Amino acid sequence: MTAFLKLLFRNRLAAMGAVVLGIILLLALLTPVLPLKDPNITNTGDRFARPFTEGYLLGADHLGRDQLSRLLYGTRTSLAVGAVAAFLAAFFGSAIGIIAGYFGKRTDNILMRLIDMLMAFPYILLALAIVAALGTGLINALIAVAAVNIPFFARNIRGITVVLAHREFVDAARLAGKGHIRIILTEVLPNVLPVIVIAMSTTVGWMILETAGLSFLGLGSQPPDSDLGSMLGQAKNHFTTHPHTSIIPGVMIFLIVMSVNLLGDGVRDALDPRLRSGALSRPLPVTNVAKNRTLPAANPEAPLLDIQELETQFHVGDRVYEAVGKVSLSVKPGECLGIIGESGSGKSVTALSVTGLVASPPGVITGGAVRLEGKDLLSANYETLRRTRGNRIAYIFQDPLSTLHPLYTVGDQLAEAIRVHDSRVSKSAARARALELMKQVRIPNPESRLGNYPHEMSGGMRQRVGIAMSLANEPDIIIADEPTTALDVTVQAQILSLLNDLRRERGLAIIFITHDFGVVAQLCDRVAVMYAGRIVEEGPTQSVLDAPAHPYTKRLIACVPELGGGRRELAAIPGLPPVVNDLPPGCHFAARCDKCQPECKVGYIPLEGGDKRTVRCIHPEEVLA
Amino acid sequence: MTTQKLALKVSDLSKTFPIGGGLFSKPKAGVRAVRPVSFEVPEGETLGIVGESGCGKSTFARMLVGLLEPTTGHIEIAGKALDNADPAAFGRLIQYMFQDPISSLNPRKTIRQIMEAPLKLLHGMDKPQRDARISEIFASVNLREEFLERYPHEFSGGQAQRIGIARALAASPEIIILDEPVSALDVSVQAQVLNLMARLKAEFGLTYLFISHDLAVVEAVSDRIMVLYFGSVVEIGRAENVFSAPKHPYTKLLAGSAPVVGRPLTAPESAAAELPDPLNPPPGCPFAGRCPRVTDKCRAEEPPLEAMGEDHFAACFHPL
Repeated sequence: MTAFLKLLFRNRLAAMGAVVLGIILLLALLTPVLPLKDPNITNTGDRFARPFTEGYLLGADHLGRDQLSRLLYGTRTSLAVGAVAAFLAAFFGSAIGIIAGYFGKRTDNILMRLIDMLMAFPYILLALAIVAALGTGLINALIAVAAVNIPFFARNIRGITVVLAHREFVDAARLAGKGHIRIILTEVLPNVLPVIVIAMSTTVGWMILETAGLSFLGLGSQPPDSDLGSMLGQAKNHFTTHPHTSIIPGVMIFLIVMSVNLLGDGVRDALDPRLRSGALSRPLPVTNVAKNRTLPAANPEAPLLDIQELETQFHVGDRVYEAVGKVSLSVKPGECLGIIGESGSGKSVTALSVTGLVASPPGVITGGAVRLEGKDLLSANYETLRRTRGNRIAYIFQDPLSTLHPLYTVGDQLAEAIRVHDSRVSKSAARARALELMKQVRIPNPESRLGNYPHEMSGGMRQRVGIAMSLANEPDIIIADEPTTALDVTVQAQILSLLNDLRRERGLAIIFITHDFGVVAQLCDRVAVMYAGRIVEEGPTQSVLDAPAHPYTKRLIACVPELGGGRRELAAIPGLPPVVNDLPPGCHFAARCDKCQPECKVGYIPLEGGDKRTVRCIHPEEVLA
Repeated sequence: MTTQKLALKVSDLSKTFPIGGGLFSKPKAGVRAVRPVSFEVPEGETLGIVGESGCGKSTFARMLVGLLEPTTGHIEIAGKALDNADPAAFGRLIQYMFQDPISSLNPRKTIRQIMEAPLKLLHGMDKPQRDARISEIFASVNLREEFLERYPHEFSGGQAQRIGIARALAASPEIIILDEPVSALDVSVQAQVLNLMARLKAEFGLTYLFISHDLAVVEAVSDRIMVLYFGSVVEIGRAENVFSAPKHPYTKLLAGSAPVVGRPLTAPESAAAELPDPLNPPPGCPFAGRCPRVTDKCRAEEPPLEAMGEDHFAACFHPL
């Protein structure tokens, strides 16, 4: 709660709205005890008394009634009516929305069509019709305003409920014996409540305005009672001669509605989890690189891609997550390097750091270099980096459905990828090249598939398109981040053999990120094992898998069940990987390692070994030559 | 098998989802997500169910726990027929453990509230009984009782999955359906969860239906394995035989596709192979379009599930 208030008041406008609204609310609450004149006593002698005259701080109206008193009593009425209307609209609208969204099918269809009918009328016409049917009066105006706003709530809440009703915890609740009503009240409602509150806070101002509108037309509060709308309505005939009678209630309406809306927007921003996590803030086009980073000297051999002592961190608040710690890797043309690790080991962040694709903020590259043919990419300007991305270094991601644009055909997207990097290519040439690419990734019937949208293709076909896209500009290096994890095994086998053929035919270098030893064993020449942001072991795949040197590698391999072993107990590693914002000194695996000695928990343990293989361990399983 | 009590008996269970049709019109067509399936599971067995995405695994599992009403067929659990799709009636006999450990826990409820629901609603326990039972279950799944007051987002995947097991156990069911219980977990953690489940099965005398796409995991935990393709059972047999000596060409393809350390990478089939269109299913064997042994008979007739060796059935005219 305090965190929420802090977040709310960091927004200056929301804070201002809260202060103004607070003052107005306080005044409205205190009105009966304030030393005010009776708002309904007429004194025609003082008609249209000017503000600041004796006895009339804000002047008097056309019947000589005290404006200040009428204003405060009117504000009370308007606020109460607006709040009650918002509550009623939220209550009924949300109830309809939840029922429609939860039960779906026919219930949903009927309820939503009724709501659509309600929405088909202009709101003022509908409100007028309701007041006409029920008769004039403040309560009827309130009902009209609430009814007019029901569709807004119903539609919003229905959308959210539909998503919630298909979540697994709702199924789990049904299996726990809960009935529909209990599920709606105890499982669904607590999850939609924040949205209802947000929607209410942003609409209450609107409802105050609508009620004032009806009163202005004489359909709301009846004389001698007043609300802000009726005050304006009565003053409108004297606007040119005695403007203060109109301006004063007008300013009050303006202040209320403005402060409510500013505060409501602030509440929405502070409560919305997407906004809170900063997901809607636009990341920079290139990851921030720390100015004072240590730049290692270039390797004289200048491999195709050389990642040197890369350090990438995430700075969230005052916490620092060391996602990647001094990672050094290199690839040669035609070589496939596997990076294997569990979730949170830093393998994807390493890959994204290569071309500065880590979201910034919060990501910062704090050290190291990434050299493409000897030239450091991290020091390069945006334009160079942009040309490198896709052109020299291309990516394939895990879920092609989320990386392909749903509204363009795959042919158009392929052609665009080609033309973005070389605008001299004509549209028809780009199209022809797209067709050729589709053939290269062995998509059957490529001509007809060009016109397909991503959702019309199966997962395996989409991933082929993803690969075709990465090949579009004949890159030298492909970084594949778990490209087959979302696919079925039979499809995975096809994609892997496709990647293998491509690198043999074109001399592509592939960095293949995965958590699957079987995949690494079949595709990669060399493998690097990552744990808690560091490489713990590196070497030729066969030799690492046959004789793992780091205890983590050895035990991780033992955890992977192999087909053909029959029914058995599986090996496990007890405990969890450390959190990367609080890494222990010494070996990161020490806490889970059964060979751990006191010296494993102090200092920095370097990656050591021979020409081919290296390991970060004081007591390795194998002595490396 | 004949002397053992049956935990689950399923006969002719199928599901067809209607397609199209509006407020007043009848559905135009139907997708057959699960074709009629019959099988029995003896008490104390783990039956592995494997198949690729779209093969009907999840639809099948949701029918078994009463979350989805079957189009045809009967379900009998521990001798009791369950023909009305009422999750509460099912809940006391069969429970479901979900794939995504976090999303199966309501983010706005404490673990205690989540654990109490089945005890209160399915077994009508009072507060002291519930507390005692929760302590007992938490001790069995190696969770500390202080976790009870926390919210789901505070847990790692492995812990959340153990909470999922604890909730399923709380209903004291005969059978638990495990729907991809470890596919969201890291390898080093998945074995922790699998071994725990094996221990609990012995401790509470449970029967498991273990659904997964990971063949090696299924083989390691199951007594028997059932292979699904396009909504029908293509093969069912002892775990040690199904992948090592498959009878159905699809099972062989599956087993051959799993990446294995030390096996060279070869494309197991042509790239053109895709699942048949569920809206317009081909007549005959659904695998005919991808099968290397296909004949005209396969394209015309649907092969029945037939015995091929001891406790081994396959639906194929030309078994391997």
